[in-house]
Amino acid sequence: MKPRNIIEKIWDDHVVVREEGKPDLLYIDLHLIHEVTSPQAFEGLRQNGRKVRRPDLTFATMDHNIPTVNRFVIEDDVAKNQISALERNCQEFGITLAGLDSDDQGIVHVIGPELGLTLPGKTIVCGDSHTSTHGAFGALAFGIGTSEVEHVLATQTLWQHRPKTLQVKVTGSLSEGVTAKDVILYIIGKFGVDFGTGYVIEYSGEVIESLSMDERMTICNMSIEAGARAGLIAPDETTFNYIKGRKYAPKGEEFEKAVAYWKSLRSDPGATFDKTIEIRGEDIAPMVTWGTNPSMVLPVDHSIPTLEDARNENEAASFKRAYEYMGLEPGTNIQDIEIDYVFIGSCTNSRLTDLRAAANVIKGRKVAPNVKAIVVPGSQKVKQAAEQEGLHEIFINAGFEWRDSGCSMCLSMNNDVVPPGKRCASTSNRNFEGRQGKGARTHLVSPAMAAVAAIYGKFVDIRTEKLEAVK
Amino acid sequence: MQPFTTLTSHIAVLNRTNVDTDQIIPKQFLKRIERTGYGRFAFFDWRYLDNGEENPQFELNQPAYKGAQILLAGENFGCGSSREHAPWALADFGFRAIIAPSFADIFYQNCLKNGILPIRVNEEVFETLLKKAEGNVYECTIDLEQQKVFDQEGFEFHFDINEHWKEMLLNGRDEIGFTLLYEEQISQFEQKAKAWG
Ligand code: SF4
Repeated sequence: MKPRNIIEKIWDDHVVVREEGKPDLLYIDLHLIHEVTSPQAFEGLRQNGRKVRRPDLTFATMDHNIPTVNRFVIEDDVAKNQISALERNCQEFGITLAGLDSDDQGIVHVIGPELGLTLPGKTIVCGDSHTSTHGAFGALAFGIGTSEVEHVLATQTLWQHRPKTLQVKVTGSLSEGVTAKDVILYIIGKFGVDFGTGYVIEYSGEVIESLSMDERMTICNMSIEAGARAGLIAPDETTFNYIKGRKYAPKGEEFEKAVAYWKSLRSDPGATFDKTIEIRGEDIAPMVTWGTNPSMVLPVDHSIPTLEDARNENEAASFKRAYEYMGLEPGTNIQDIEIDYVFIGSCTNSRLTDLRAAANVIKGRKVAPNVKAIVVPGSQKVKQAAEQEGLHEIFINAGFEWRDSGCSMCLSMNNDVVPPGKRCASTSNRNFEGRQGKGARTHLVSPAMAAVAAIYGKFVDIRTEKLEAVK
Repeated sequence: MQPFTTLTSHIAVLNRTNVDTDQIIPKQFLKRIERTGYGRFAFFDWRYLDNGEENPQFELNQPAYKGAQILLAGENFGCGSSREHAPWALADFGFRAIIAPSFADIFYQNCLKNGILPIRVNEEVFETLLKKAEGNVYECTIDLEQQKVFDQEGFEFHFDINEHWKEMLLNGRDEIGFTLLYEEQISQFEQKAKAWG
């Protein structure tokens, strides 16, 4: 048999129907639901008198819309209506819901793994583009629209074109102060926001293998920012250790059987990909985005590009738009940019290790007087675990606000909004115009870089900062 | 879903690259639980000034483009979030076809599910259309059955679309109903899958 890569193996194991000239009908093992992209899908089912085929493979939570202070008091009636619609729909169709009062609640891409729902080899979908996060476990996980949500609810399948496969290898090792966030920002900066369009990515290489599960999730999370619907990492001992004992994970003998299957998923020796790119871990520095998409990113010790740096007219046009929107002059040194807000959170960087990394930097220090800083743990479980370690005290003593879990300032659908013209160092994944509020200016960074920016009120190279701390 | 067979309309041009779904429909409008009525929010932050008036600087507010049912856009159109509110907003705004050098994957799928025909074109076709349509009332016809686009000046090009999606669009077919014809295969798969999963 021809050697296959992990993407092809998972795909082949899930094809229900393959017919000439058609996409494959793919079986879906896990369907995650949240309040924003599901109401119209449930409405569609009702209108056609259809049921949810496998409520047992469907799991819901609320995250996008909810308050992160006083979580039970939703002032916005339209938002409240959306939340109650989810509650009603889950009840009517028999779907488990981790609601606001549940210990399991959190950002959908944080709780899936945390609860052991996310497992290697599964096909996982959710009406959210950052579903790619779950690929960190060696699952084929991708975002879908609301019509597809309805389709999965009704049939537990999707018509999908077999994707092209892309291998992204990160060799060597990372320097001190460089994190998974910097790796993925570096890759997007180098290859652009659409190099992954039409592909599923497998990340591999020594750097990837050495990462924790939390860090792997950060990488896979931002695959969509490179245009790839899904990105995954082959499961290994790190993966199995993370999964063992989780609420919904297989137990005992079942677990051992599962591990044997999961091991078989690794790409075969000699397996090929449609495209391969390779980068060196040593080349990566702490990164800061300066523009209005994630590929407009630079090492922290660089300056904002000038029009002469643009590769073509299109790029020059988008540079101009970005200077204006971001209120930045070409040639400005990144470390001269002052910030007003710091947001530590989102499905990219709101897990326990992210909070630890930030807390480590701010311990015993104070947030700059003109900066408003908030920490929003990715889930209530992350929040509890952080509090057990006393991280919340470090944040609160430094002047951060310590919030309940949710998407919060990542997309600012609730009240957590960056005002027009204000500048935010954010650990989230999108620096699009208006993402954190109309006219808000977003700079994407790692948790440690966000933390150090909070203290100085401007961007600082975490590497030099570390040296000083040692002195 | 409304079937798509042929469409004759003038073209509106939004020549920007990487237009993301946050621009097409900003998040404050995602709280509604309906599928309709998003057209007035399309491109909201670009389209309106702070005082609520139309922004004359925004391309799609040009008088020449009013009522256009075809949108010509730059590469990687529809990147970012998976929100189907983006095609809902575009459809409700009046667009039934979008022509661009490339589309984001999820957005492309979402268009197909909402009776919007996404047409990928090469650089040369894109430049030609841009020249003809930018700032003008330029009309052309899309024939999905024939997979071609043509104007009255003799300009014509062919486009690709997978047979399956073409059928769906031509017939305005209910995809779920179609998939449920495979009920037996799905059940068999579920029986078999228990063995390993
Ligand atoms: S945290 Fe941000 S990116 Fe992640 S699911 Fe929520 S809104 Fe989407």
